[in-house]
Amino acid sequence: MEALADVPKAYTKKDFESDQLVRWCPGCGDYSILSAMTNALPQLGIPRENFVFVSGIGCAARFPYYMNTYGFHTIHGRGPAVATGVKLANPKLSVWEIQGDGDALAIGGNHFIHALRRNIDINILLFNNEIYGLTKGQYSPTSPTGLVTKSTPYGSVERPFHAAELVIGAQGTFYARTIDTNPKLMTEIFVHAAKHVGTSLVEVLQNCVIFNDDAHAGVTAKQNRDDFQLHVKHGQPLLFGKDNKKGIRLNGLKLEVVTLGENGITEKDILVHDAHNEDPALHLMLARMAPPHFPMALGVIREVRAKTYDEAIAEEREKITENAKYHSVDDLLKSGETWEIK
Amino acid sequence: MSETLVNGKKSTTELEKVVIRFAGDSGDGMQLTGSQFSFTSALWGNDLATFPDFPAEIRAPQGTVEGVSGFQVQIGKIDIYTPGDQADVLVAMNPAALKSNLQFARKGGNIIVDLDAFVDRNIEKAGFVTNPLEDDTLADYNVVEAPISSLTKTALEGLQLDNKSIMRSKNMFALGMMYWLFDRSLKETEKYIESKFKKTPALAEGNKRALNAGFHYAETIEALPSMYKIPPAIIEKGVYRHISGNTATAWGLMAAAERIGKKLFLGSYPITPASDILHELSRHKNLGVITMQAEDEIAAVCSAIGASYAGQLGVTTSSGPGIALKGEAIGLAVMAEIPLVVVDVQRGGPSTGLPTKTEQADINIAVFGRNSESPAVVLAASTPANCFEFAYMAAKIAMEHMTPVILLTDGYLANGSEPWKFPKTADMPPINLEEAKKSDGVYYPYERDAEKLARGWAVPGTPGFEHRIGGLEKQEKTGNVSYDPTNHEKMVRTRAEKVERVANYIPDIEVQGNGDGKLLVVGWGGTFGGLRTAVTELQHANKKVDFVHFNYINPLPKNTKAIFEKYNKIVVCELNMGQFASLLRSKFPDMNILSYSKIQGQPFLVTELKEVFIEHLKD
Repeated sequence: MEALADVPKAYTKKDFESDQLVRWCPGCGDYSILSAMTNALPQLGIPRENFVFVSGIGCAARFPYYMNTYGFHTIHGRGPAVATGVKLANPKLSVWEIQGDGDALAIGGNHFIHALRRNIDINILLFNNEIYGLTKGQYSPTSPTGLVTKSTPYGSVERPFHAAELVIGAQGTFYARTIDTNPKLMTEIFVHAAKHVGTSLVEVLQNCVIFNDDAHAGVTAKQNRDDFQLHVKHGQPLLFGKDNKKGIRLNGLKLEVVTLGENGITEKDILVHDAHNEDPALHLMLARMAPPHFPMALGVIREVRAKTYDEAIAEEREKITENAKYHSVDDLLKSGETWEIK
Repeated sequence: MSETLVNGKKSTTELEKVVIRFAGDSGDGMQLTGSQFSFTSALWGNDLATFPDFPAEIRAPQGTVEGVSGFQVQIGKIDIYTPGDQADVLVAMNPAALKSNLQFARKGGNIIVDLDAFVDRNIEKAGFVTNPLEDDTLADYNVVEAPISSLTKTALEGLQLDNKSIMRSKNMFALGMMYWLFDRSLKETEKYIESKFKKTPALAEGNKRALNAGFHYAETIEALPSMYKIPPAIIEKGVYRHISGNTATAWGLMAAAERIGKKLFLGSYPITPASDILHELSRHKNLGVITMQAEDEIAAVCSAIGASYAGQLGVTTSSGPGIALKGEAIGLAVMAEIPLVVVDVQRGGPSTGLPTKTEQADINIAVFGRNSESPAVVLAASTPANCFEFAYMAAKIAMEHMTPVILLTDGYLANGSEPWKFPKTADMPPINLEEAKKSDGVYYPYERDAEKLARGWAVPGTPGFEHRIGGLEKQEKTGNVSYDPTNHEKMVRTRAEKVERVANYIPDIEVQGNGDGKLLVVGWGGTFGGLRTAVTELQHANKKVDFVHFNYINPLPKNTKAIFEKYNKIVVCELNMGQFASLLRSKFPDMNILSYSKIQGQPFLVTELKEVFIEHLKD
């Protein structure tokens, strides 16, 4: 990152907090995400003026107002498109795009997948609370089948999207998952996402205390932490549970939960996480794990390096410029067939 | 007209202007044939205007009326503003081309057909019951039945070319005939052929042979009545080039970005007839242009807004259906008060409508087509070449006044071309940006310039100017989110006033005529050529008719009212149901504003306009 060269000063969390009153509902998971972000940014060594937070519409989309950086609160679902324009216009900027599940995966689904496909070097945070909050409680594209909401009084009949599947389907190069109840993990992942070159997609399992309270409690609740959270780290065995006695083994083409010491299982049988594997098959299997039969994988699940859209555009420009016949618009006006009337 | 004998045999007729129309299957190369003829004529010194008329389908079934592609050009020794109403010479490469283009041929004019194509199967496919060459379909025309296909074949004998390539050269045969008929040199087209087929000498040779064979054939046969001479026009001195509206639009945008030292960012989604702007800009990435073919129309405009927010010149180009999709985002640019240029190359609608045909029915969507009070500046180019000037002005106004600007062109301007005495970019008006400033050490994003009411453009990467903007209502000056009722009203009125004040920075309209006319003809956008020609011809006939043409639609030039007040009858001519007339009536409710409109996907004809104006002059 070019910006690293001219760090003006050491920032603190306070430098990134704006003077605006934060207006999320009391108890909303967004507060802790905001706090994790203002913790993460000072660690990046990027001048504050080079941060841009872009968002669409929804509760999550108010995020830029609360950051003392450049910010642009745009229209529903279109954040990735606006962020793409920002990044291409000035590749030096560290661009963050904040979306909710409705914004990213319903109205803005097209921009979401195309940002990932292009692999433009921006960071997308997906606050997934499996509900529409700002419009007061309709089901979202990530709501589980059967969820009773204002617009599904008899339960949703639709099948939910899983963000990770879309990311991998769109050839995304970075996918991480975290939870709003773990500030340390969030901060770590935000820093990690910022450092990834390419589109980083961070899914935050976020609680909507008003319309879908405890939607993620099966993973986040204190009593579930040990058995239903698997913190993945590149190069580390996939162990979890109290005392790290449980692990994930690849059995044929399927993952399974095993316990160390049972049926002759040793640590050698446990799958070692390779986030850098270009083949996304295992990443997809890990990302799909969910209670009650599996723990939920948290952490950086996929992180591969591929040429970014902004890099490709810069390379192309350089190549074209080398062989360019025209060096100004005046050259262009005179180009081709012209004739003089005397 | 004067007639002279050439070689004791053929005579030469001198004409002021002539209209030629080439028509054939969309694979027959009619666009190329037409543009070669135009270019050669421009070099000869004629003034001219062209109009390609092609189907929406890339290659509709061969031999069908749906697949016919046409190219019309008017050349003259006088100023030419339109491609002409009716063709003096129609070249029809097959029965379908004849069927669909006969309506554009002047009674008494010449029709040249490829006799070899008039076989039963083609005749039937074109929808003729009997062979039009044998019944009285063409009784009113001088018909030249030239065996173009077979003569091309003969001319190309001995070259190692397959039948398909040979048949593709027959357009050059037809072009050669036209060059003889209008006393033109083959030289420029031969040069073109050589460069186009540099890598395939056999094709180069084949095309040149066909061109020459056509020329000599025309010279030999007796069927053509005479050669025509169109002497060079008296044209302003200077260096000229050909330019189409879409290319001029692309270059005008580039000139503005270059002038202000910004990158030009184009977010665009392919759509007829606007795609050529995307194509053209994509070729010039070494000149500070970034183009992104977006995933959809909305991403196209949103990425442009993002680029403008980040300090470059954001542009999106589209046509009606795409503009409809972009509405919400344009509203965001209105609210966020950032520069944005939206080019709408209008086509026939509603919905998918007539993608390749021209229309002027997007004035309402441009001026009003967003939710709530959402004012934008609207400009309209009026000739292919002045798309350059108005694209430049659209960018200049967008950046100077911190507002979205919608530039209306249309299919007729976009694909039409004309000779252009091109400017030096240094001669274009300067662009003066409103710099972001601090008051007492604080930056207020919505602090405004007192005259223009434009806010400062603080771009990410600038230390000390970090700020947040967005689509929620803004508190005046600070730009913070505000739901305050009186603040909202003030901001709505301020945004409207800001756009109104653009009128202080645009030129007055000028009346063509001496101001004592009974009738004022009003036009806007791409109908300029036809209106101007019709009015000029009536003025030469001492009719009391004056003319104004609008390029600035919103806001209107400041002298509009003063000019309108001089006339007791105003007729607004446009290719829609009277949208501009309605807009003018709402601004000037006491004036007698009438409407003449046409909605056929085709430009106005000079003859029809003259009839309308003469009728209006009667009472």
